[in-house]
Amino acid sequence: MDASAPPVLRRRLWWHVRIALLETRFQFLSSLRLPAFAVPTLLFPVFFYLFFAVVFQSGGASLVAPTYMLATYGVFGVLGPSIFGFGVGLAQERDTGALLLKRTTPMPAGAFLFARVGTAAIFGAVVVGTLFLLAGFAAGVELHRSQWFSLAGIILAAVLPFSAIGLAIGAWAKQQAAVAIVNLAFIGMSLISGLWVPIYMLPNVMQDIAVVFPTFHLGQLALKVIDLDLGGPVWLHLVLLVGQTAVCLAVAAAGFRRFSGR
Amino acid sequence: MSSEPPSTAPLARLSGVSHRYGNVLALDRLDLEVREGEVLAVLGPNGAGKTTAVSLLLGTLTLQSGAARVFGSAPDAAEVRLRRGAMLQVSGVPETLTVGEHLALFRAYYPSPLPAARLLEMAGLRELRDRRFGKLSGGQKQRVMFALALAGDPELVFLDEPTAGLDLDGRRRLWDEIRGLKAAGRTAVLTTHYLEEADALADRIAVIHRGRLIAEGTPEEIKSRTAGRVVRCVTTITAETARTFPEAAGAETKGQHLEIVTSQPEALLRRMFARDPELGDLTVVGVGLEEAFLALTGERGPDGNGAGPEGGS
Repeated sequence: MDASAPPVLRRRLWWHVRIALLETRFQFLSSLRLPAFAVPTLLFPVFFYLFFAVVFQSGGASLVAPTYMLATYGVFGVLGPSIFGFGVGLAQERDTGALLLKRTTPMPAGAFLFARVGTAAIFGAVVVGTLFLLAGFAAGVELHRSQWFSLAGIILAAVLPFSAIGLAIGAWAKQQAAVAIVNLAFIGMSLISGLWVPIYMLPNVMQDIAVVFPTFHLGQLALKVIDLDLGGPVWLHLVLLVGQTAVCLAVAAAGFRRFSGR
Repeated sequence: MSSEPPSTAPLARLSGVSHRYGNVLALDRLDLEVREGEVLAVLGPNGAGKTTAVSLLLGTLTLQSGAARVFGSAPDAAEVRLRRGAMLQVSGVPETLTVGEHLALFRAYYPSPLPAARLLEMAGLRELRDRRFGKLSGGQKQRVMFALALAGDPELVFLDEPTAGLDLDGRRRLWDEIRGLKAAGRTAVLTTHYLEEADALADRIAVIHRGRLIAEGTPEEIKSRTAGRVVRCVTTITAETARTFPEAAGAETKGQHLEIVTSQPEALLRRMFARDPELGDLTVVGVGLEEAFLALTGERGPDGNGAGPEGGS
């Protein structure tokens, strides 16, 4: 922090940071204690990887499949906590009135968003860390150090666009509907974008549809680190990702405006 | 009761506020004033516009027309939020966090919060600090929401139907806590459709009906506004019919009995005996707040003069 900043400003900044961290801590604790959230988001990607990449492929000659799946299941592992946390969590807080109550308090809106993104990132990091350990020690995947880091970075950055999808759903849907929509988005986007089954094994039509979803672009960017992507240029993936995220945020903002009766 | 000299500048105020939800006019040029150090009860039946009025003072609803000021600022201004607490009608907090954790989070929002131990004490939650919110009873949850409203040691507290859904015991407990607030010099706005609650707690009552302020004053003043009588009897005359009588200010069925508020009990009774000679179990008493309220809201049935929202426009 800048020592020359006026003390009032520094105090305000510290206040914001403190609330953001506290909100994150309690958001994380609250999610961890919710088996319906914690169990599937932590265990699904790890079990899938263990089954398809480690057990299924053991004794196989090629390390291509376990390496490929490390990238795609990694992205899948971050998708869960991001869209469930925002989509269902936010819808629930709207339904119960918790969000309305917080709006009457001095809590900065930024702290609320930070806490949910932060919680998704922590869950995502746990999943990615576990997948990396499984890949390195059980499946025998070998990558350069820079590739491990790039892969981890891209996968964790996926928290942002995925959270935007969750935010858009949670800003509009009621809790019960949100559970259904988020599950559909979770499974549908993962499948179509080739996070479960390699995309080149899917019909061409599905590849064309996949371009619409951020999950596809994140999957491709992660696969590019290990040279297993379809070959699209990085800038195009990034431009589309930014555009899709902007659309989600606009949809979410419209939902919040309607919610406050404007 | 209070030795403080009354302050003239209101702490919060709605002036000429109208609010529509689609075709429904929820507030109709409402004026409401909250004075320092008082407990103001906003009293009205369901759908009267109480929650809309409170939401506008909390800034959770956007003002459509008129003016809303709290501490002289816009209701959602940052400095207003620091000095105000709220207990909303429909609200819960995440069920997987404990009472103590929720309090810790809310206390962190404010520069000089009340100590956690004091909040637990005030809301009668001492033994429940480590209990998860989801594991609490309805009354205990309400008490947590009450403690959260007070976390920042606010000068002004909004309590939107705080005792709705509570049993008698829970209600009495919360009443004691609200009285404690007043003793501590805080200002509170309480919405309720429990008339005895307004009578028991408020210094001043604002009666709202169909989005309009129809009466305002101390509980005694509100009662004296209808210096009438309540006629109570068992009869074949229905409440709907009774409301059409010119002498009747309001009528309601209470179990087997029909209760009619009137300022001309003799004329009313002559009319009623003419219709139902078998009329029995008759009592005529002075009005309580409940009857006064019935008269003030002037429930005169569908052909009455109140142009309600359901009548369209």
